Amino acid sequence: MRKTDRGGDKLKDSERRKLLTCMAWAGGGLLWTMKSGVLSAKTLDGVAGAADADFSFIQISDTHVGFHQAANPDVLATLQNAIGHVNGLGRAPSFVLHTGDVSHLSKPDQFDTAQQYFKGIKADNWFYTPGEHDVIGDGGAEFFKRFGGGVNGKGYYSFDYRGMHCLCLVNVLDFQNGSLVTLGDEQLEWVEKDLKHVSSSTPILVFAHIPLWTVYEPWGWGTADAPRLYTYLRRFGSVTVLNGHIHQIQQKIEGNMTFYTARGTAYPQPQPGAAPSPGPLTVPAGQLGSYLGIREVHHVDIKGPLAVTDTSLAI
Amino acid sequence: MKSLFGIVIAAVAVTSMTSMARADSAPAVVQVNIFNYKFDPETLTVPVGTTVTWTNKDEIPHTVASTDKSFKDSPGLDTGDSYSYKFTQAGTYSYYCTLHPFMKGKVVVTAAP
Repeated sequence: MRKTDRGGDKLKDSERRKLLTCMAWAGGGLLWTMKSGVLSAKTLDGVAGAADADFSFIQISDTHVGFHQAANPDVLATLQNAIGHVNGLGRAPSFVLHTGDVSHLSKPDQFDTAQQYFKGIKADNWFYTPGEHDVIGDGGAEFFKRFGGGVNGKGYYSFDYRGMHCLCLVNVLDFQNGSLVTLGDEQLEWVEKDLKHVSSSTPILVFAHIPLWTVYEPWGWGTADAPRLYTYLRRFGSVTVLNGHIHQIQQKIEGNMTFYTARGTAYPQPQPGAAPSPGPLTVPAGQLGSYLGIREVHHVDIKGPLAVTDTSLAI
Repeated sequence: MKSLFGIVIAAVAVTSMTSMARADSAPAVVQVNIFNYKFDPETLTVPVGTTVTWTNKDEIPHTVASTDKSFKDSPGLDTGDSYSYKFTQAGTYSYYCTLHPFMKGKVVVTAAP
């Protein structure tokens, strides 16, 4: 685990405690394991499980190539840092999931630049789902052209990987005035059909950009018709849901389903309701890395839950 | 030339009169700021023929999209970008940001007197 600059002796004890609490929240490299619906965390030191996992993969999110404001003037540098962390993990991931907002403004050159950087990660496969920043003005045409259009060119698809069934869902194409985004009837009907032939003992991985549970409705951090999705997922023993969008780690357990949101590699956002708006959070110099990160997911047992490790980009 | 000079004088006189008179003759461009994930003002009332210009002052892109497709949507507006639309018919025009649909605004266009 890498350490963060704690500001030397300039901090008062109360401030230091506050900062350490904040760092604990930020994760800083923890292994989350779930057994019988209970999450427990361990530091990365002496972690068991990662080494004997069947396979592992990386979740990377919210790279926002093209962002150039005070919260992070150089998102390509922090993306490169993230890539360095992935390649430094000791073994190549089986695949990489990008949970959206590859670009900041859906511009072709932003996608192209991102693609060039992604080539720096040593992994055989990449899977993508778009964020709302990837579909501005063209319904995702430029994104899908580069990263795959899925079913009927609408971006959603499923695949199997060594006994695990994975659903890539899209919840950024149906924004309606004043309400939470939806997956939409067409996609949900496809999910129902797709899962019909999957046995209940199969571990399920679902990923989409915007949280598939309501983290904070006033900021649009949720998906209105996610409860209908749950009805198709309840019969499975283990369901892991990975999202991005909110640039911070949040997690929730609901029955057989465990939901996680990931940090981005570009800039942090405030905790739900902790600021007047969800705009980018400018943090003190030297602390940005501890608010950014990548996630490594280990599949320890073919029928068991997935173990999630979040690593910050702190230097 | 002499009469043109007279018109210029008259125009100066009109613009220096009351705000009521100014509203009738001034070039009708009205600003809406986008800041802190809000349109400001959220409700804007203008006479027919007014051009409304939205300017994004957030660090995050936003859009201006008509709720019922009654006027042309903006492209994605990066920080500092503006979008203008001239309203030529009276009516109430509701709009929102397609990236953050909890952001709502309204332009009320009143008929010419």
